[in-house]
This record gives sequence, structure tokens and C-alpha cells, in this order.
Amino acid sequence: MVRPKGKSDLGTVDAVTRCRLWLTTAALALAGCAGPFPQSTLRPRSDYGRAIDHLFTDIFWWAVIVFVLVEALLLIALVRFRHREGRPAPKPARGNTALEIGWTLAPAVILVLVAVPTMRTILATAGDAPSDALKVEVIGHQWWWEYKYPNLGIVTANEMHVPVAKPVQVSITSADVIHSFWVPRLAGKRDATPGHVTRMAFRADSVGEYSGQCAEFCGVSHANMGLRVLVDSDSAFERWVKTEQGGPEAPAPASPVERGKAVYSRSACLACHTIQGVSPGVMGPNLTHFGSNTTIAAGMFANDPAHLAAWIADAPSLKPGSLMPRMQPPLSDAEVAAIVAYLQSLK
Amino acid sequence: MSDAKGFKSWLTTIDHKRIGLLYFWTALTFFLIGGLEALVIRAQLAQPNGHIVSAEMFNQLFTMHGTTMLFLALMPLSSAFFNYIIPLQIGARDVAFPRLNAFSYWVFLLGGLLLNASWFVGPLFHAGALSVAPDGGWFAYANLTERQFSPGPNIDFYQLGVQILGISSLAAGFNFIVTILNLRAPGMTMMRLPVFAWMTLVTQFIVITAFPVLTVVLLLLMFDRLFGAHFFLASAGATPLLWQHLFWIFGHPEVYILILPAMGIVSEVLPTFARKPLFGYTVVVYSGVLIGFMGWGVWSHHMFAVGLGPVADSAFAATTMLIAIPTGVKIFNWIGTLWGGDIRGTTALHFAVGFIAMFIIGGLSGVSHASPPADLQQTDTYYVVAHFHYVLFGGSVFGLFAGIYYWWPKMTGRLLNEPLGKWHFWLQLVGMNLAFFPMHLIGLLGMPRRVYTYAPELGVGALNLVSTIGAFLIAVSILVFLFNVWRSARYGQIAPNDPWGGATLEWSIPSPPPAYNFSVIPTVTSRLPRWKTAHHEPIHDPPAAPPAPIHVPGGSWWPLMAACGLPVMALAALTHSVWPAFGGAAILLFGIYRWAFEPLEG
Repeated sequence: MVRPKGKSDLGTVDAVTRCRLWLTTAALALAGCAGPFPQSTLRPRSDYGRAIDHLFTDIFWWAVIVFVLVEALLLIALVRFRHREGRPAPKPARGNTALEIGWTLAPAVILVLVAVPTMRTILATAGDAPSDALKVEVIGHQWWWEYKYPNLGIVTANEMHVPVAKPVQVSITSADVIHSFWVPRLAGKRDATPGHVTRMAFRADSVGEYSGQCAEFCGVSHANMGLRVLVDSDSAFERWVKTEQGGPEAPAPASPVERGKAVYSRSACLACHTIQGVSPGVMGPNLTHFGSNTTIAAGMFANDPAHLAAWIADAPSLKPGSLMPRMQPPLSDAEVAAIVAYLQSLK
Repeated sequence: MSDAKGFKSWLTTIDHKRIGLLYFWTALTFFLIGGLEALVIRAQLAQPNGHIVSAEMFNQLFTMHGTTMLFLALMPLSSAFFNYIIPLQIGARDVAFPRLNAFSYWVFLLGGLLLNASWFVGPLFHAGALSVAPDGGWFAYANLTERQFSPGPNIDFYQLGVQILGISSLAAGFNFIVTILNLRAPGMTMMRLPVFAWMTLVTQFIVITAFPVLTVVLLLLMFDRLFGAHFFLASAGATPLLWQHLFWIFGHPEVYILILPAMGIVSEVLPTFARKPLFGYTVVVYSGVLIGFMGWGVWSHHMFAVGLGPVADSAFAATTMLIAIPTGVKIFNWIGTLWGGDIRGTTALHFAVGFIAMFIIGGLSGVSHASPPADLQQTDTYYVVAHFHYVLFGGSVFGLFAGIYYWWPKMTGRLLNEPLGKWHFWLQLVGMNLAFFPMHLIGLLGMPRRVYTYAPELGVGALNLVSTIGAFLIAVSILVFLFNVWRSARYGQIAPNDPWGGATLEWSIPSPPPAYNFSVIPTVTSRLPRWKTAHHEPIHDPPAAPPAPIHVPGGSWWPLMAACGLPVMALAALTHSVWPAFGGAAILLFGIYRWAFEPLEG
């Protein structure tokens, strides 16, 4: 990307690693616990993330150098020229042209050294992936994320699957207000603006789960608009695509799941949610393969029966402002349990 | 200061010194309110999953914290010094338009009250909560702030309150430009102007050019919200990005409106206590002017995440980095001023040096998000919150406190206690670094701004706790300051004309100055009129009593009356009824009419 791969890179990588270790250690020491920092921008796992991290590391060290020099100068002046009895009156120096030119040029030179790699990184990370890249369309909603895979015919929500080591072309927009799509360890953030489509490209370099969240203030539950990107191995990704492309399995006759499907089909749920072959709603997330998600409510809670039941009964009390209303008339506990069983069966 | 006593004399005053004090106490009050809002925010974020306030309340708190600190605390605290000090520094009897000056103050006060009334008037709007304070952020991005997504009166309060505050700033801006250009004492050429007056002049030019942009963009939003216009609606073929461009075309110059006055104060305080003229006066002045111009060409660096494209991003990165050069030059010149001096470590000097030390940190973190790719990881995170608190708290607030400790004796006639002042300084310095330094890491570890809650898995709980402790330490330091103020009023040492050995004209007259300021207008022959230099003898201070009686115009009710028309007009937009608009306009016009025909010798 920005740095040529080769021998000369080793020295820099060492410096970068040391810096990162140093920063992370400082953070850990302060944070007290050895958390994995799931949203740390300092532990990138994609070409795009690394390019930004290299650039920031360079700027960081320039800043450290300037900081030490200028603050030292300030301290030396304060200590050396502090008031002492009998100090002769200061010479009324009014200025010095050579000094002025010098301290105008010095920052200018440093800024050129920052600006050149900046421009190179801008161009290298402009958001264009090769044409065979996996295409994903991200649509921000208050307060969840919709993902469409136009070439695969998949629509899903909040948890995005991408294959490892393959380029991904993300295009981003919004269905309501401005959001910002941000998965810190994979990519810099990019706004989701209604009426505009913006782009970003990345190639994740290790399998895993990467958390992120909306970064542009988008209303009352802005803080609750999380997301996950699951970077799969090639085979796992293919399996996931196959599952998603298929419809939901028909529930066994007279099972609790079938009862759940019946309750779902006569409740308000179907006005907003799609379940392939069952309901056509498009206001809320597509639930066709809901059971395979690890979290619910845009990353707020684990996808377990207790949380799901509470969510279905009264979403706004868990997520302020949630557009999924409290059910009127309220569903009975048994009905909620049935829907939970049904939704979780949708693998 | 005017000798008149009583409440009425303050309501009708047109004395720049009294108006300066009104600005000071009002802005200090709003500063404390904004600080309390910050404490609640920090209490909520002290731990993951905080439950002290609701999401709705949190969004109101961070919106009002920013709006209050910028428009109701920092800008008017600067105005307090413009009002009190500028006429004294340039050897004038008052500002050019004293009644317009009073109008500016009353409009500011009423605009601030209107904004803050939103905390208590929810029931009047059937809102189901006591508080309907603005909740769209101080930047109020459309289309979130359109009626569709923000149906309540919250954004109306923002849009009307800030509009009214803009009128106050505009009126004051024209007033101070005319004052500085036209009312200088004989011999005070532009290049003999004190640097604080220079930075005030630059600031006011930015005000009169930047605020109209805000006025327009707020009007557009008002049209959208009230009349269903669609300036920012994507669904109607417009784009919400228009708001962002216009807002930041105002918003970035606004940053320099906040920092240039503090830079001016520091440029006064350092020479006085180093007993040396400002190093590189000309360069400091020109770099201030240059910053004023360049501040116009950088607005899109607030919008790198929007995705404007590589060309726009590169251009705005370049202009933003360029602005670091004149800023760096100022810092070097301040260090050059200290170098070779005989530095007396007064509280004012502590704060001025604190300004430099903290501003360097804020400036350097600023360079890291002048670089668009790095910014894409930093923008909208706590890293940016850290950055702008280093420049606005570490910078502006430290600079303003340097001004408070420096000019307090001139403004009140009493000295503040120096040991208490130093306690204040050190507590505030430690507090701010505890509060704001961890935010760099919190942001880099992935915590966005404007979130009322965060998950424990993020791993930033302990850092947030440290930050909260720092915020409360700042609060303690402010309590020390308030105690010092109270103590000074009761037991403070009476201030002589010139407690510091200052070079500029304000130190040549009594503390506080008489209503007419100068018994005899001085004739200025050098940049440092009260200091002996190689070519100039110090001027003689004006005599204690004027050689002939000096007429000082009395007060006027009409600026206050005219100002009252504006919030009444705002009621029309808040209540969706047209009559208050006519009523308010009638009050405003009547006030202006009587003001225009008021006999001068009232």
C-alpha cells in the first residue's frame, strides 16, 4: 500500500511495533485490565487499517519530537530567566529576522514531510477495490445497519460477513439521517449520507470478529448503533453465502417453532420485517436468517432467549427511541416465547 | 467607572466598563452552568453502562455544554475584555457606539436566557418531560435537525437562541472595528497598537464575516422546520451536506474567534512579567492577521469522513497544515519574549505560560487530524474531544484566566490573592490533563463522541474514570477561583493604578478608571508608551483630576427595550403563531426609533 514491502521495511516495522507496544502498554497500565480493545485503531487487521496506522505513527513521532523540543525550550526559558534579585534589566530585544525565518521554515519542512505521505495515503486508500471485489452495500438506519450483497442476492443486518484476504468494495448510504460506518480495526470511518453513495475498500488479513459502531451523531440511540464484521475463511464464507441464499427451513408440524411462526404471521412484526416466504416488510432488519446472528438490536445484546424475549416485548425500554414499538395489544409471555423460538430457529 | 448607583443605573448603562463587567459576570455564570453540564456528562461516562441520566438527557447535556461554552462563556468572556480594556488600551473615552454596545450585551443575555429556558419549559410544549433543551449537537447537523427527525421544540430553541446571539456578536463586531480604527489616541498608529487590540480587531473582522454565514444557514433551517422548505432534504433533491459546508464555513473561523483574543491576552501578559517588549511584534501581528484569513480556507477538514474525494481532501489537508505555520511562529515568539527576560511568576504569568504549554499539545494533535486518512480514525471520537479541549480549555480558558488575573485589579480596584491564584492554576492544570489526556487514548481505542453509554468490552472504563476525576478536579480549581473572587471583594488589597509595571495605557489611570477614563487623552509616541526604550521616554500619566469638567453621557433605556423585541419575536417560531412576531418587531422598532431620536444630553 503506502510502504513498499521489502527489506527496508523491517526497521520501520520494528519502530512501529515498538511504538504500538509502548502505547498499548500505557493504555493497559491505565486501563487496569487486559482487555482486547475490540475497537482499537492501533491494532489494524486490514491493508487499509494498516496504511492509516503507518501514517499516524509517523505523524505521532513527529509530534513527539516537536513537543519535546518546544516544551523543553519553554521550560528552559522559565527556569533560566526567572526573577532573581539583582538581575540586570533585560535587554529590550524586539525581534530577530534570522530567527523568524528559521522558525517559519522549520515547521514548514516538517509539514511537508507529513503532507507527502498523507497525499500518498489518500490516493492509495481512495476506496477503489479491483472490479472482482466482493461488493457490499451498507445502508444506515436509525439505529441499525442493513447490508446488501448485490451480486449474491443476500440482504442481512448488523453482522457483515466478508472473506479473509479478498478485496471488499463497500458502498455506503443512509435511509434516514447521516450515520458513519466505522469498524476501527478494518477501516477508517465513512459517512452514510442520505442521497449520496460513498465508497471504501479494504482487504481483511485475519479471520475473526471485528466490532464497530456508528460514529456520526444520529439521534437518541446513536450510542446503541453497533455492528460487527465477521471475517471468514474462504470455506466458511462460502457456507455462509449458501445458507443465506436459501430460504428458511419449514418448521416441524405442531412444534413450538411452528406455533411461533403462526404468532409472528398474525402480529404486527410482518409489517416491518422480511422473512423470506413469510413476510415482506422492509422498515426493519431482514430476519430470514436471524438465528445465525450472534447479537440482537445492532450489537447491544447477545442473541439469547432472555434478551430476545425482552426485546420483542418492549424494544423502546431497552433501546431509547427504538422505532420498533411496544406491541399493542401486548403479546402474552407465551406468544413472545413462541416468537423467540421461531426466530432463533431461523439459521 | 460611572458613579451612578442602583439597579436602574446598570439597566441603562452605556459605560463600556460597566458593560464589560456585565459581560464578565454573565459569561462567568454561563461558564459555571456549562461546567455543571460537563460534570454530569463525565459522571455518566465514569463507568461503562452509566445510568445517571437518560439518553435523551445526555444528548441535551452535550449539546448545551458545547453551545453554552462557545457562545455563552468563551466568546462573551472575551467580550468582557474587549469592552473593558480596548478603550483603555487605545486611549479612548468609550467605544464608538456606546448604546449599540449596551444593545449587544442585552441581546446576548436574552439569547442566553432563551436557550437555557429550554431546560424548564417542557410542560408548556406538552413534551412529557421538564426539559426540551437542544439535542442535536452544537453543530446541529441537518437532516437530523429537520422537523421529521426532531419534531419537538428542542432544535427551535437552538436555532432561535443562536440566531439571537449572532445578532449580538455582529453588533459588537462592527462596534469594535470602528472603535479600534477610529478612536485611537493621537500618535497610536496601527503598528503601535497593543497586540491584544490587534487580535481583537482581527477577531471582529472574522465575526462580521463569519456570523452572516451562520445567520443564513440557521434561517434556511428555520424555513425547513417552520414552513416545510427543503434546503437540506435529500428526498426533495437537496443535500444535507449543504448544512455541513455552510456550518463549517462559519464554524472554523469561529475557532479563531475563540482563540485569537486569548492569544492577544498572552501577548500582553508575557512582556509585562518578563519585563521585555514582545519579541517579533510585527510577526506576531501579521501571523494573527494571516490566521484570520487562512481560517476561511480549511472548513472541509471537519468533513473528511463525508467522502468528498481525494482532491478536496488533499487540498483541505494542505491548507489546514499551512495554518500550523503562523501558529507555530506565534509560539516561538512568545518563548523569545520570555528568553532573556526577568520573569516574575505571577498567577497571570502562570496562566499565560500554561496556555502556551497546553496549546502546543492541542496544536500537535490537530496536525494528526489535518491528515485525512488519520482523521478517518480520529474524527467523531474522543481523540478529537481531547484535541479541542487542549486548544479551547488549555488554550482559550487558560488565556482568559491569564487576562482575569492580569486585569482584575484594573476592573475591580482590588487585587486577587496570589497564593490562592497559584493553587487555582496548578489544580486546573493537573485537572485538565487528567480529564483530557486520557481522551486521546479513549478515542484511539475506538470510543466515539456523543455516546451516552459504552460497553465494558471496549476496555476504556478505567481511562474514562481518570478523565472524570480530572473533570471534578477542574471543578475544585474553579471553586478556589470563586473563593478568591469573594475574598478579593471583601478583603482584597486595594489596587494601585499599575500593580504590574505594565507598558500600555490602561495602567496609567486609576483602578477602576473614572467614567471618562483619561483626564487628559495621552499622546502616544511608541509601542510601549509607559516604558523607557532606546528612543523614547515613558509618557507622563494623566493628572488625577481633569483640567476641565468632562461631560459623560447618561444612560439609555432604549438599547434594552430594542433587545427585548428579539426574544418576543422568537416566541412566534416557538409557538407557531404569528402575533408574537409582530409584537416583537414593534418593540424592536419602537426601541430603535426612540434610541435614534434620543437627545444626546439626556
